[in-house]
Amino acid sequence: MSMDIDREDGRAPNQLRPLACSRNILHRAHGSASWSQGDTKVLVAVYGPKAGTKRNENPEKACFEVIWKPKTGQIGKVEREYEMVLKKTLQSICVLTVNPNTTTSVIVQVVHDDGSLLPCAVNAACAALVEAGIPMKHLAVAICCCLADNGYAILDPNKIEEQKMKAFACLVFPNSILSVLPEGSSLVEGEPAEHGIITSTTYGVMSVEDYFLCVERGQAASASLSAFFRKNFQQSQRDPSKP
Amino acid sequence: MAEPKCSQPKFLLRFGSLDTVKPKCFLLHCFEGAEKTVMGMPEVSQDLSSEMEVDAFRRLFPLRFFERHFVESVRPDARPLGKARDTVVNLGLVASADGSALAKIGSTTMLAAIRMEVMTPYKDSPEEGCIAVEFHMPPICSPIVRPGRPAEAAPVIAKRLSDTILSSGMVDLKELCLVKGKAAWMAYLDIYCLDADGALFDAALLSAVAAFSNLEIPVVALNNDGKIVTVTEEEEEEEDAAAMPEKEVVNKEKRKLKLANIPFSLTCILHKNYILADPTAEEESIMDTLVTVVLDMSDQIVSIYKAGGTFLAYSSAIKGCVELARQRAKELNQILGEMDID
Repeated sequence: MSMDIDREDGRAPNQLRPLACSRNILHRAHGSASWSQGDTKVLVAVYGPKAGTKRNENPEKACFEVIWKPKTGQIGKVEREYEMVLKKTLQSICVLTVNPNTTTSVIVQVVHDDGSLLPCAVNAACAALVEAGIPMKHLAVAICCCLADNGYAILDPNKIEEQKMKAFACLVFPNSILSVLPEGSSLVEGEPAEHGIITSTTYGVMSVEDYFLCVERGQAASASLSAFFRKNFQQSQRDPSKP
Repeated sequence: MAEPKCSQPKFLLRFGSLDTVKPKCFLLHCFEGAEKTVMGMPEVSQDLSSEMEVDAFRRLFPLRFFERHFVESVRPDARPLGKARDTVVNLGLVASADGSALAKIGSTTMLAAIRMEVMTPYKDSPEEGCIAVEFHMPPICSPIVRPGRPAEAAPVIAKRLSDTILSSGMVDLKELCLVKGKAAWMAYLDIYCLDADGALFDAALLSAVAAFSNLEIPVVALNNDGKIVTVTEEEEEEEDAAAMPEKEVVNKEKRKLKLANIPFSLTCILHKNYILADPTAEEESIMDTLVTVVLDMSDQIVSIYKAGGTFLAYSSAIKGCVELARQRAKELNQILGEMDID
């Protein structure tokens, strides 16, 4: 059962594209980051917290506003959906009670879309929020997982793979925990805490088992993505001369 | 001095009553000769002050109010945790539309109408028609929606509906083709939310599915200019004479679409260890972790949608939601089946 899928760029099914994250690139924004996975690149700027919340929002909590700018074309329903998913994801990872009655604006600019766009944006938004110093409970680590017709799951598809596959799922997990406590002491319902799903959007028809296979692959990948985040944040900490 | 005969709010003592009429003025409790007798419980006499707090308690501490119900495995409207509200579907209400349906899940009401128009198909799919889904939330549906300022949720629900309908393969787009490469049907599906009381996506999808099952494709003919015109009942159907010498009747009568793999959806709220099926707007406003599972009749997942929320979804919670969605799909299939839909 170890028949490999042939991916165009020669990657293994579990292999992610090369990741790159630069932070603090827009100097006027309170926090900014650009995140790229292969050719997909997203730039996120965070402004806030600013005083006041919008109408119909709870003034006892901090509020988030997401603006999604596509690379080309007018803003339509696709962008509105991305905005809503990203807003709800960020609301769930941030500590909303620290700065009540404030609005934080997150502006997402798509620089290039080569598949796995939403996960790229979530990761970039997380890095930008950290840069801006917004209080968070944990990071949101996002990954896209595709299902081929023969039931194999591949991670981090590019645009061509996304269109060929019968279904794909975009999953967001909390980052993995580096803990001094013994392993297994922080289990929730028998699963490690970082296996909980923050956000899940799927497209295409798949069976229940296929979905859980995607979740499992996503959980494994989120561990390596978390390690990348951690390394990236620690690097700039050690170098005080960096602006 | 005798205790005044007071009307005790029945919902305090009879847990989860369906009686939604709440006595407004608890202070006017000296109803003469009231048939509402005091329930024979010892604590009742000193509970006059705590009576009026039930309504206030519901407003001031909504989460605690709901959690006290969940401990008893029930919700304030007397539903068990995994049960959806009463669902009603009516077909063919809009006479001017080619297909229409009204779906009500509890109080949430959605009106779906389909209008067919002929268009030229896209170059990369010359044999396929098209479906355009639009979801409207007029101010009548909810106090949060104001005129002139479209609701945030509307384009998101429209896109999700469009994705679900197209990816489930319920409608074979090839059936919407008229003349290959030249003419195909464009189905404009408009869904109006008339009352937004939670689980909007579920009701909208149900109304869309019902409208497609009610859809009758109009009879058309190709006239001499090569244009498609609609045919009234008296006129006969004609095909392009150059292509086919003998008259071939294609749409002899208004035909219905064949629907395969109908998707059914269920939205659940995850709160601590509880899974609540089919939330109302009040529950959605208090508990923000929603999971929508869309299944088709062959038990395949068309969509699992969870957008953020206070609680993380572990596999056991997802499996619970999928199980509830399975039962709900069977119920909905039966409801649609009762209207003679295949």
